[in-house]
Amino acid sequence: MSTPFPHSYHPHTEAQRRQLLDAVGVAAVDELFADIPDRFRNPDLNLPPALTELDLQREIGALAKRNAAASDYSCFLGGGVYRHFIPSVVGAMISRGEFLTSYTPYQPEVSQGTLQATYEYQSMICEITGMEAANAGMYDGASSLAEAALMACRVTRRNSVVVHDTVNPRYRAVVDTYLLPQGIEVVTVAPGAEAFGDDTACVLAQYPDYFGNVKDLGPLADAAHDAGALLCVSADPVALGMFKAPGDFGADIVTGETQPIGVNVSFGGPYVGYFACRNAHIRQMPGRIAGRTVDHSGRTGYALTLQTREQHIRRERATSNICTSEALIATGTAVCLAALGPGGLRKMAELSYQKAHYAASLIDALDGYAVVNSGPWFNEFAVQCPQPASAVNGKLWVRGIIGGLDISDAVKNGLLLSVTEMHARAEIEALAEALKDIAAEVAA
Amino acid sequence: MTTEPVTTESTLGTLWDLAQPGRSGVQLPDSDVPEQPMPDASLLRDGLRLPEVSELDVVRHYTRMSQRNFSVDTNLYPLGSCTMKYNPKINDAIASLAGFSAIHPLQPAETVQGALQLMYDLQRCLEEITGGAASSLAPLAGAHGELAGVLMIKAYHESRGESDRKVMLIPDSAHGTNPASAAMGGFEVVTLPSDSLGRVDMEAVEAAANDRLAGLMITIPNTLGLFNPNIARVCEIVHSAGGLVYGDGANMNALLGRARPHDLGFDVVHLNLHKTMSTPHGGGGPGAGPVCVGERLTPYLPSPVVEKVGDGDEAQYRFATPPSSIGPLSAGHGNFGVLVRAYTFMRALGAEGLRQASGDAVLNANYLRKQLEHAFKVAVDRTCMHEVVFSCRPQRELGVKALDISKRMIDYGVHPPTMYFPLIVDEALMVEPTETESKETLDAFIAVMETIARECEESPELLLEAPHFTPVGRLDEARAARQPDLRWQAP
Repeated sequence: MSTPFPHSYHPHTEAQRRQLLDAVGVAAVDELFADIPDRFRNPDLNLPPALTELDLQREIGALAKRNAAASDYSCFLGGGVYRHFIPSVVGAMISRGEFLTSYTPYQPEVSQGTLQATYEYQSMICEITGMEAANAGMYDGASSLAEAALMACRVTRRNSVVVHDTVNPRYRAVVDTYLLPQGIEVVTVAPGAEAFGDDTACVLAQYPDYFGNVKDLGPLADAAHDAGALLCVSADPVALGMFKAPGDFGADIVTGETQPIGVNVSFGGPYVGYFACRNAHIRQMPGRIAGRTVDHSGRTGYALTLQTREQHIRRERATSNICTSEALIATGTAVCLAALGPGGLRKMAELSYQKAHYAASLIDALDGYAVVNSGPWFNEFAVQCPQPASAVNGKLWVRGIIGGLDISDAVKNGLLLSVTEMHARAEIEALAEALKDIAAEVAA
Repeated sequence: MTTEPVTTESTLGTLWDLAQPGRSGVQLPDSDVPEQPMPDASLLRDGLRLPEVSELDVVRHYTRMSQRNFSVDTNLYPLGSCTMKYNPKINDAIASLAGFSAIHPLQPAETVQGALQLMYDLQRCLEEITGGAASSLAPLAGAHGELAGVLMIKAYHESRGESDRKVMLIPDSAHGTNPASAAMGGFEVVTLPSDSLGRVDMEAVEAAANDRLAGLMITIPNTLGLFNPNIARVCEIVHSAGGLVYGDGANMNALLGRARPHDLGFDVVHLNLHKTMSTPHGGGGPGAGPVCVGERLTPYLPSPVVEKVGDGDEAQYRFATPPSSIGPLSAGHGNFGVLVRAYTFMRALGAEGLRQASGDAVLNANYLRKQLEHAFKVAVDRTCMHEVVFSCRPQRELGVKALDISKRMIDYGVHPPTMYFPLIVDEALMVEPTETESKETLDAFIAVMETIARECEESPELLLEAPHFTPVGRLDEARAARQPDLRWQAP
């Protein structure tokens, strides 16, 4: 039994395979599988035939070409995933084999690279969120928010969670998936309509909210705390380059998606969900945590710590079942933040803000369109269109523009548009021009 | 830089140690749009204490940190249960194509047909190797797949009006994620004893087979690296009591083309694509943990799944939500970049290549077992699957623990195996060589282990103080936990 060619992934020659079989004392590889009952053994597999590397490039490369990449089209989609500038150092560093092909740093002496990178990532997440402690990262922003709610239930020993209806609906759906099977009540309300009860563990808010709005969350934090509940905030980390940190508002747990900082949009993943909290609650945190310590000779080193929270030790009483997460992506975000520095992150945020507000000013001036956002907002805004959002998007696509997100369930004929520093002025003006033409077609 | 001679022990400072106010590692262009009014200053932050470093500082710092890691690209990494096989570079090259890496997850289906087709084809490939009727690529890691599985089992029982089925059976040899996932699904975990071959105790399964039984979570091959010939019977017992069987596919590398979990009676199984399908482990992720199900659980799959409408050139692909879905597990559609890599791997090998992978993986583990049985006690003296578990109990009697042996392996350039797992073996070392290691590498490893076995008897202090040549020695983990230092702080 062999492939039609010696495979480049499999180093044994037929002669060596024979030597190994002789050493093991069996005549054929199949004998090693004798514990599998005959009726189940060696099923036929109907899979496409093996391809050489050259053919893989051709065949799977052809699938890649069937997608409209945001690098080739103007794309104004956001909704939690944003295309920002990624400096070349990010890809260069995280494609180093030593980061890429290692695993969870269970053996700290030979994993100092991953561990120190994680420690520095945690430090940077604390800085931008204004929080005291952070873990090594969760699967994504949505599951991170769900885990924040679970942690709030453990901390408060309560079983009801209030969620703002201005939290990303795809995040709210994941919160439901995680919480409802555990018998935790999820109450969705408009901001300001929270009714904190004796069993309210926390309120989940988004900052900026799903429609881009930025509000002072201080009063919400006070109301939650007065009721013995926690405030969990899901925040866009680029927005935190210019806007006040949730920690400064009194948030207890801050989560979010680091994707906007150094991570390709990549059709939805892999990303990483950041997770930060107060020191008082670190023993209830889910996920891996790297800590700084010393070795037996007093040299500074790093190790996974507070592991008694975790599944491999605590099993069914662990704070979460999470094991493998998104370490490499977290390192990518850290590399990007290191390159950006405080000035770069602020500039990225302000450019996004400026360009988005310019786009909104052009669109709001068009006949038939109205920007819905009223107070301060960041780089995403809702537009009421003169016809259904899906029709507008279709007509934009004909013009080579991937439009915005259809939010007609929240805003009549609503389109959610996102603008970052990646959009040149000409692209923004072309979008406004296209929207104008589309409205004119309708009028005609 | 220091004025001391450079050794591997030189301490590496943090990014903050390199920082100088006013330095930057990247340029962004100035705004090209008319200036817009800024929001009220009360909403803006004043400071951000991120390090300010140059571009070369970033490159050198991360390069130096990386050099403090062992990895598959640099070292033998026989970490049991983790399948640290070679990660083909073509996988990364394909995933980096703009047509995959630069598409937004919320783009209309007609603009991402290539991505959807890849996901659909990958679903079919995974269903083929597991024997499943349907699958979802949504789970982002193995434990996420487990969560999906237990939630499906829960939803299935509830839909039949049997929400009293609260008991999830889990063998004492299981990965810790299994009981943790069951707890997140709201189940009561009942631990089953295993026999000396790591097989679940049939009488214990029978005793628990009643109307409170929700299911059984079990790893195949088991965590002793053995295939239980009675596994189909175990599934039957659980089914006859109305329960469902969850298969932890962490060890699927042993079974590629050799047996299909759904043929054996499993109702749901997750695959760790970062293990079995060669995607890089990244220092602890990203992974991907797709779930494959039999017909009973198909309506409950996590969303989304990819479906195909029409055939041939007319075929269209789109996301769909199964009718009784447990819901989404993340805001996206799965770890797409990982899925592209796994698909590329499966296409590179085809059915015969995958079967050769499992064959060589099992052959290599058995070769190590036979060549090392005179030096180390094999936990179970019989043919193993893709990994072999040793017990260092005899060495323990010489005052040397499995931990010390592991640390000494580092001195010889080998990443230690999984230690102290499964819990049912004293002083366990679980060694998984994988199919991508050559005979020459295996022979070198055998020589290292023979040397270490001799050192246990002749110079145990060498082991107790190991590792000797790493930038840091054994770390004070008690201090790390007692006085947590989890972040850099301004001095």
